[in-house]
Amino acid sequence: MAKPQPEHTQLPVVQRLRIRYAKRGPLRFTSHRDFARAFERAVRRAGLPVAFSQGFSPHPKISYASAAPTGAASEAEYLEIGLHAEVDPQWALRALDAALSPGLDILAVQVAVPGAVSLPDLIDASRWRIELPGVSPEQLEQAIAAFLAADEVLVERLTKQGRRRFDTRAAVTLLESGALPDTAGGVPCAMMDVVVRQVTPAVRPDDVIAGLRVVADLEPPSPPRATRLAQGTLRPPGEIVDPLVADEQASVKGLNGPARQAVAGSLS
Amino acid sequence: MPVMSGPPTPSARPKMSVFDRLEHLLPQVSKPIQYVGGELGAVVKDWDSANVRWVLMYPDAYEVGLPNQGVQILYEILNEQPDVLAERTYAVWPDLEKLMREHQVPQFTVDAHRPVRAFDLFGLSFATELGYTNMLTALDLAGIPLLARDRTEDDPVVIAGGHAAFNPEPIADFIDAAVLGDGEEAVLEITAIVREWKAQGRPGGRDELLFRLIRTEAVYVPRFYDVTYHPDGRIAAIKPNRPGVPSRVSKRTTMDLDQWPYPRKPLVPLAETVHERFAVEIFRGCTRGCRFCQAGMITRPVRERSITTVGQMVKQGLEFSGFSEVGLLSLSSADHSEIGDICSGLAAQYEGTNVSLSLPSTRVDAFNITLAEELSRNGRRTGLTFAPEGGSERIRKVINKMVTEEDLIRTVVTAYTHGWRQVKLYFMCGLPTETDEDVLQIARLAHEVIKAGRAATGSRDIRCTVSIGGFVPKPHTPFQWAAMTPPEVIDHRLKLLKQAINADRSLGRAIGYRYHDGQPSLIEGLLARGDRRVGAVIRRVWEAGARFDGWNEHFSFQRWVDAAAEALAPYGVDLDWYTTRERTEDEVLPWDHLDSGLDKSWLWQDWQDALAEQEQDDCRWTPCFDCGVCPAMDTHIQVGPTGRKLLPLTPVSSRGA
Repeated sequence: MAKPQPEHTQLPVVQRLRIRYAKRGPLRFTSHRDFARAFERAVRRAGLPVAFSQGFSPHPKISYASAAPTGAASEAEYLEIGLHAEVDPQWALRALDAALSPGLDILAVQVAVPGAVSLPDLIDASRWRIELPGVSPEQLEQAIAAFLAADEVLVERLTKQGRRRFDTRAAVTLLESGALPDTAGGVPCAMMDVVVRQVTPAVRPDDVIAGLRVVADLEPPSPPRATRLAQGTLRPPGEIVDPLVADEQASVKGLNGPARQAVAGSLS
Repeated sequence: MPVMSGPPTPSARPKMSVFDRLEHLLPQVSKPIQYVGGELGAVVKDWDSANVRWVLMYPDAYEVGLPNQGVQILYEILNEQPDVLAERTYAVWPDLEKLMREHQVPQFTVDAHRPVRAFDLFGLSFATELGYTNMLTALDLAGIPLLARDRTEDDPVVIAGGHAAFNPEPIADFIDAAVLGDGEEAVLEITAIVREWKAQGRPGGRDELLFRLIRTEAVYVPRFYDVTYHPDGRIAAIKPNRPGVPSRVSKRTTMDLDQWPYPRKPLVPLAETVHERFAVEIFRGCTRGCRFCQAGMITRPVRERSITTVGQMVKQGLEFSGFSEVGLLSLSSADHSEIGDICSGLAAQYEGTNVSLSLPSTRVDAFNITLAEELSRNGRRTGLTFAPEGGSERIRKVINKMVTEEDLIRTVVTAYTHGWRQVKLYFMCGLPTETDEDVLQIARLAHEVIKAGRAATGSRDIRCTVSIGGFVPKPHTPFQWAAMTPPEVIDHRLKLLKQAINADRSLGRAIGYRYHDGQPSLIEGLLARGDRRVGAVIRRVWEAGARFDGWNEHFSFQRWVDAAAEALAPYGVDLDWYTTRERTEDEVLPWDHLDSGLDKSWLWQDWQDALAEQEQDDCRWTPCFDCGVCPAMDTHIQVGPTGRKLLPLTPVSSRGA
């Protein structure tokens, strides 16, 4: 006896939107799965004509580029959504942003041109800003110097594959202490910007901090706060090309040798 | 170029917020999002704009507590009042509890992260007694004295609600008040009393406020009653201890559910929770008369929500929330007088939208399969669960679950022939008068179901799961007098059952088997039928570290046994006395002064009928059998049919296209 099949077939994708969004403030504690559920609901609330996969358990066609870890804020997260009807991206931006909780904010929407380079292929590095409450700028500068002077900085972390020991130094292409934000109540707060290439296993902000602990015994007294400022294609010495801009260039000028424009390298 | 939005707007912390003190703890705990709030549907009001401030708690983890309908309904009703503010708090996991103690962060609300102690009223909804220890953690973290008598005007009035509040005696020392029954109108009346008392300058202090509450005869205040005991440990009497206090307190009943179409703006969490759906209660109450079922006894009479209100609520709830699943809730959903039209109407309205509809199907009836098929028109098929509850025909007569073996087999086979490959069957173990043989009949039933299913479908690709729960006798039911079966007897029966299921290898392979061991049920039984002396056990076990007792990985039977032995010894009673002892007709029960509407003599008669294996029909279709509820509460059955139908929805256009 053949297994029953659902009677309905889903409508095909006719438009793909690429979306840049932020995870801010208290909502930086949203995990990637949490965000994915919230976004699916926002799509429904906004009335976006999302396309679904076939089968008994159809899923909305949404794919995410490398997501920031739970607890890290981000100004540069990316996803792509497939629609079964065309919409105005300006309307989609407003409708989705209104449908999401404040703190999960839609920053930019772009229609992906058919045949464009895929979103993951446009991302190979991130720029992070990390605030270290209770750490003095001098302490941090010393630690950064030691880190940059090392050839290899091994740290350990529990990954899905179990406890792994890996190098954090090679993936870091830029590490500098930045201007201090206001310090509240006389407590020092150092800050650094770091550009990390996408490698496996991923080197995350907490891994860089673990690396500073390894090379310089830097022990932040309270949890550091990390914010991803940019994500995209790395152009030395540390500029990062926003995938939406990169895709725009690619789509306009064709796929052969796009002149990518650096947009997010100087956000600090 | 991509379309860009403007810069973010900075937001200030609400008044009294402790979030700045909490925030740096969150990276150190698991699933921090559950403590952050920010859900759709959440309300943050200006602290100073409110005259009466409520904090509502479901005393379990956020993932269990957030979907709770009762809390969501009251939260919305209270926040609709212009001068009332309601926020929510949930049990924090031990990792955060430890950090909060280290860093002196108080129990907080998730909405505006305000300290719980700052509110006027602290309402706790107890769906199960196993949340009692979590209440003590919350009180303690909040800095509210555990004992009601130690509280001052600076502490909130602690009010228990939910089904467990129908016997709040075990927590009588810790709560200031309890509300029995439906909360919609009760919270507004309590609010009015508190509003007036505060406006008058709090005359007479806390004591006067509580006295005003008891004077309504619909809010129970344990401190105004004294309990005396016989030398053998039984209760001698429960009596008011001051003039003006009613001898009995009655449950609340909200009539006409169409007037109370809540939740309208359901809470939509960011964190993952146990139910990710928009739930609509299609009716309240049940008169099927299953004798073990406290919910069915204490929520009478049956009050249906009309088909049109249900349709309207589903539409608005989905639009507001963005949920993709709708649950049609009640104690026996297929019993709604217009359930067929509700299901076919909703299925037609949401066809092609990838919204899935589910009907918790517990009644053993082929009609349920028709409904389930209707609901799965969209392609998404939810599981089918049938609950015969008892394995043998005899025990089903004892519990008044009127299902014949033929019905059951026919129903399950119908499910298989309609394309379901897997069906879940729910039973209980430890029922009154139960023998090993009654439980072993479950194996035979399961075997028959698989045999008949294979014959009817010509396929071996069918399965059933037998799921067993432990029976716990509850107050205000005919089984309130019953002795519990000791855990070792339950565990032995469950072992025999497993052997019997697997005695036939071919059939056994197609049968899944899930059960809980008997120990947690015994503790639930202690708390369900306990009196005020059990409060000492709760306090002791909490001090010894008990938290999250509804969770297997946190529950420790030995810790409860030890606490019960120590705390009950001075009273000359013990754990067995509360659980495995059968009560006599003349015994004063700890909840006798709390009126669920059910006539105690009717309950006793129904208990005798149970022992005589006599069944009792449903009063919706047969004459009234005088359970007592309607006359005592001045209520009546509210059922359709209305004859109305759900009209097709205007198709949602792709806006912006």
